[in-house]
Amino acid sequence: MANNQHAAPAPVGGSLINVVTLSCGVLIALMAAILMVRFLFGLGAVTGLNDGYPWGIWIAVDVVIGSAFACGGFSVAMLVYIFNKGEYHPLVRPALLASLFGYTLAGAGVMFDLGRWWNVWNMYWPGSINPNSVMFEVAICISLYIVVMWIEFSPVVLEQFGKRDIKKKVSKAMFFIIALGTVLPMMHQSSLGTLLVVLGVQVHPLWQTPVLPLLYLLSAIFMGYAVVLFESCVASSAYRRKIEMHMLTPMAKIMLGILVVFIVVRFGDLLVRGALSKAFVPSVEALMFWLEMACCIAPLILIGAESNRRNPARLFLAGILLMLGGALMRLNGFLIGYETNIGDAGGFTYFPTLAEVLVTAGMFAIEVLGYIIITRRFPVLPREDVQAAH
Amino acid sequence: MGDMNEIFETSRKTLQEIEQRLEMPRREFLQFCATLAVTMGLPAGAEAAVAKAIESAKRPSVIWLHFQECTGCSESLLRAEHPTLEKLILDVISLDYHETLMAAAGHQAEAARKSAMQANKGKYVLVVEGAIPTKNNGIYCKIGGQTAIDMVKECAADAAAVIAIGSCASWGGMPSTISPLSDSSPTGSAGVAEVLGKPVVTIPGCPPNPYNFLATVVHFLTFGKLPEVDKLGRPKFAYSRLIHENCERRAHFDAGRFAMEFGDAGHRQGYCLYKLGCKGPETYANCSTLGFGDAGENNWPVGCGHPCIGCTEKGVGFQKPIHQVAKMLNVTPPLQYPRIVEEQGKAASFASAAAVAAVAGAAAGAAIMLTRNLGLSHAAEEAERARDAGAVGDSDKRAAEDKAQV
Repeated sequence: MANNQHAAPAPVGGSLINVVTLSCGVLIALMAAILMVRFLFGLGAVTGLNDGYPWGIWIAVDVVIGSAFACGGFSVAMLVYIFNKGEYHPLVRPALLASLFGYTLAGAGVMFDLGRWWNVWNMYWPGSINPNSVMFEVAICISLYIVVMWIEFSPVVLEQFGKRDIKKKVSKAMFFIIALGTVLPMMHQSSLGTLLVVLGVQVHPLWQTPVLPLLYLLSAIFMGYAVVLFESCVASSAYRRKIEMHMLTPMAKIMLGILVVFIVVRFGDLLVRGALSKAFVPSVEALMFWLEMACCIAPLILIGAESNRRNPARLFLAGILLMLGGALMRLNGFLIGYETNIGDAGGFTYFPTLAEVLVTAGMFAIEVLGYIIITRRFPVLPREDVQAAH
Repeated sequence: MGDMNEIFETSRKTLQEIEQRLEMPRREFLQFCATLAVTMGLPAGAEAAVAKAIESAKRPSVIWLHFQECTGCSESLLRAEHPTLEKLILDVISLDYHETLMAAAGHQAEAARKSAMQANKGKYVLVVEGAIPTKNNGIYCKIGGQTAIDMVKECAADAAAVIAIGSCASWGGMPSTISPLSDSSPTGSAGVAEVLGKPVVTIPGCPPNPYNFLATVVHFLTFGKLPEVDKLGRPKFAYSRLIHENCERRAHFDAGRFAMEFGDAGHRQGYCLYKLGCKGPETYANCSTLGFGDAGENNWPVGCGHPCIGCTEKGVGFQKPIHQVAKMLNVTPPLQYPRIVEEQGKAASFASAAAVAAVAGAAAGAAIMLTRNLGLSHAAEEAERARDAGAVGDSDKRAAEDKAQV
């Protein structure tokens, strides 16, 4: 992490108590209350889950979409360290911070959804692991990646508390940690797609394909960049900082490149499998498919031109659209296109209960609150000469 | 397919003989042999050995003693019709002494027993039906002036095998029931093993399924030895599983559907009889898997709505009150039961739909506001840049100041 031609990171400073942090606090308190009921009285007491829909938004949104949103750290780290693009270095720490929260909460979110969560240790116990399971790969990669990411982020904490010696030691092993931090998310983001592949005919043809692992990986990468765009714009706006356009504009170009590959693979696959006709049948699935596609294609129009990529408003909008596009693909695969009512197993419906929605909102509130506290108190964002923090 | 070849090798002549002797068609005969082999849990191919053993004309002598009993065991054997079992039992074996079935009476009958024992010394099969009274030197049961104790000891001395049929002969059964007012049964009834002082094969049941007895005899004929037994002398092929394990009402037990009293809604719908005192969970027998007496599969207590009384289990049958709840030996009823009708989920409630809409609305609103601000600041920056084009100054810094004011 020795790249000193940029401004060194520094805490933003300022008060921790404002409307945003207080709102987050309220949402987190509500989530804690609901989770207490969930852990005392079981999943049935608070969720709308049933035998037909054993996964709800706690998995589809908190874990699957949440971990994809948390790919910013991995996407940027890959750019900086693997492709040696040092000019993006200042983006690493904030992106990593967002990822750190996203992944840690995705890991915790899995626990909320496990019916018999007290058995979870079996997943790691050598005598009871099942290495042939897709779920095992997802679980082990997410768990390891959380640890790896905390180590990757540890220099920030060590810097703040002046532990130079330890930081130096950690830095020596950092190349390995960073390599792991790239491999692990690639493994499990693709496995999240494999999770659907093994569900077979239970997933609508528009979202069921053998290339799902590739689609999930590609979309996780462009979502990672999209999240960095989003996060940079919001942070600049909220902290009254200068937007890092000199990094965001070229990064957006890379993002578009991956997006184009994704769209080609997506449509190519639909054409080859002959599933594209399903997109023209009037149905909820088709509507959601086109919504997802619109979110993925619109950024090409929005920031396709170099001049447009210099406009932060367009970058921000493109970032949001791509986050939404990737999120919709996951939501569609895991819930909307999840066809549980095959044959005589009809009649199952699922819509998240208020409690589920509040827990999901609480999870995102923790991320926002954590981001605010850490950026204000720890050296994450690059130091800026004009400090106008409120 | 060695077994099939063996069957084909059985000469036409032999089969014709069997047809005449047993008055049953060949096909039925071979089916019967296969049924017995399956009942005993023998491997595929054993039916050939069984067929060979039965078709041979060597009819082993059988002496059948009756003591404290109701003849229910003999009756149930005679009522088996698959095939007419009395035909088979009388033709396959040489029943030389059976008080109920033999034509002889009095001294003539006893003489027949003695001569059969003499002629087949060490080769005959002794079957005992009924308990043996032991109180006061066994004076409560005498045949031809001889006590049951003496008679069973005399007959067992030279027998090739001893089989105790029915619960009475197995451990004393119903006659051995101890009244709460005394410390022993009225006649001190005991089972054959207790009187002989050595283990014997027991076929408990009140009455036992005739096929369990028949399979044991045929096993002896086929292999020259009695089948493997448990610690109470019961053949493992018939008595190694709890009735509960294969009960036709087991699914109701697992789902928590119990008949609470005779004739209630659950009882009429065939629910589990555990709470009416069914002893299936603590009784080892094959009643739930082998239909009784060829009269259809419902022809056993549980099948027709009465709890099992545990007649094959010493200490349960005739001992525990019929409606006392059984002690669970291997499966305890769960605390929670799966639902009978699985919930299929509810459509969106007003609250959750409102929450989703609120979150989406807030996110969309915030995104629009932020985009607008970013757009305005960008426009301002561009304007600034255009104004300052060519001018000396740090436009970047001023742009930043501009933005800070937005």
